Amino acid sequence: MSQWFTQTFPNVVYQGWTGDTGWLTAITQTLFMTFWSALFGGLLGLIFGIGLVITAPNGIAPNRALFWLFDKVVSIFRAVPFIILLAAIAPFTKLIVGTQIGTTAALVPLSLGVFPFYARQVQVALAEVDGGIVEAAQAVGASFWDIVFGVYLREGRSEIIRVSTVTLISLIGLTAMAGAIGAGGLGNMAISYGYNRFASDTTWVATILVLIFVLIVQLVGDFLAKKLSHK
Amino acid sequence: MSQPIIALDNINVTFHQKKRTINAVKNVSVHIERGDVYGIVGYSGAGKSTLVRVINLLQEPTSGSVVVNDETFFKADTEAGAKTHISAKDLRNRRRKIGMIFQHFNLLNERTVTENVAFALQHSSLSQAQKDAKVKELLALVDLTDRAEQYPSQLSGGQKQRVAIARALANDPEILISDEATSALDPKTTNQILALLKKLNVELGLTIVLITHEMQAVKEIANKVAVMQNGEIIERGSLLEIFAQPTEQLTKEFIETATNIDKAIETISFQPLVQNLKSDEVFVRLSYVGDTTDEPLITGLFRDFNVTANILYGNIEILQDTPVGSLLVVLSGHAEQVKSAISTLADHHVEVEVLKGGSTL
Repeated sequence: MSQWFTQTFPNVVYQGWTGDTGWLTAITQTLFMTFWSALFGGLLGLIFGIGLVITAPNGIAPNRALFWLFDKVVSIFRAVPFIILLAAIAPFTKLIVGTQIGTTAALVPLSLGVFPFYARQVQVALAEVDGGIVEAAQAVGASFWDIVFGVYLREGRSEIIRVSTVTLISLIGLTAMAGAIGAGGLGNMAISYGYNRFASDTTWVATILVLIFVLIVQLVGDFLAKKLSHK
Repeated sequence: MSQPIIALDNINVTFHQKKRTINAVKNVSVHIERGDVYGIVGYSGAGKSTLVRVINLLQEPTSGSVVVNDETFFKADTEAGAKTHISAKDLRNRRRKIGMIFQHFNLLNERTVTENVAFALQHSSLSQAQKDAKVKELLALVDLTDRAEQYPSQLSGGQKQRVAIARALANDPEILISDEATSALDPKTTNQILALLKKLNVELGLTIVLITHEMQAVKEIANKVAVMQNGEIIERGSLLEIFAQPTEQLTKEFIETATNIDKAIETISFQPLVQNLKSDEVFVRLSYVGDTTDEPLITGLFRDFNVTANILYGNIEILQDTPVGSLLVVLSGHAEQVKSAISTLADHHVEVEVLKGGSTL
């Protein structure tokens, strides 16, 4: 078995398990990038998404200026192709993390790349919360934060999990591109050690590993969204 | 006269859309007394929802004054003029004393029945144990104790509305606003909900503002009625006044929906008896309110005038413990005597409307 594997996937074996170019390292890097940029980008996206809903003309705290700001920031960041964003914000990245290459440096563009996408998704998810429910909450004297947390986020919970799943999957895609600035991970493995060296077995194994990640995220997301919905 | 619990004066609500201005409510004043069940009737788009939302400032008026329980919530003489506005914190506190229920129930879908009611109590000064007890008590009141742990999606429309009522009553309000609360329910459930509202009105002294397009609902429980059209109140009065002597065409239409008398007239007009009305017969509609019905007038017609009354249709409503009736009758006898009979009826406050025949009168 092991001999068959070595013969069929020579390049995969060549990469090794640990070490700078090893599979475990690549997997860890992908998970690391996905986790932290999901956290930062997710928080930022959630804030912008909620901000867009509540400052909208029909929101609970309409504010033309803030809405305009949220809307434009999200639109502009969404308009920039991620691969260009990586390069364009390099100086800013350096300012924040002290370097512009490597896995940690990739967190800055990844977070900024994913947040506008997530913000729009959250905005759509929360817009689905029935305005009548918000009004009923206001009628029983609910405060601003009661409505944000107790109504919007609670009522939109299942939908938010669903859009988070979609976002997380596209974020895994972005981490692969971040390989371009030396961020490592499975994307880098597939391109640098696989495609560029004509080692298609490496490309395939890296692809399958990414697919497994995506599948797990999708299954867990669907399960949670369904479990938490009582509609 | 006692101070009204809700006093809306000269309320204007204007919405500015891109190119046009919509006057949803035009210079409306309404005073609602403590303990009233005040029905506001109108077709959709008449401005009634907008008007009641002004009471708890879910809708801020463009101008006018809103006084609830002697406290000024809002006052502005003109759109551009100085505004007096209750503080946001006070408004939240006052809103807890004004319950509100809606056509589509507006329950929190992701919370159980218990949690929905408890949501209204989150700022209450009660201890957790007291809140739990309060929720239980409210669910018992609306007869939903066995549904406490279910989610709204598992309930029927009537049950959802009862949860909404329990939620609206959580902070022991003095006022309950019902915004088309029975419009999405079937007739039987509608009657159950209306009976519950009436019970709350009688037992808790709750003042109820009932907006609806169903005259039937108003007829069941209201003691006062206002009819709205195009943002204005076109007619108002006690339920009896409105039902017995409607003046506006729209009011008459609404009453017709609750009594169906016009439809009856139309049907009966085609009956042979009315089609082939003899020369000494006259087809009339008798309308009366209250005490008149205690006297055997119809019998009296025969006894005193030798006029027979053939009752073809009758509709008698008990509104506010007072009978209000309409009878479609064919009177026959000597022309002179029929004439006297009719004037006697009029003397007894029975309105007589000749529908067919009677050319000799």
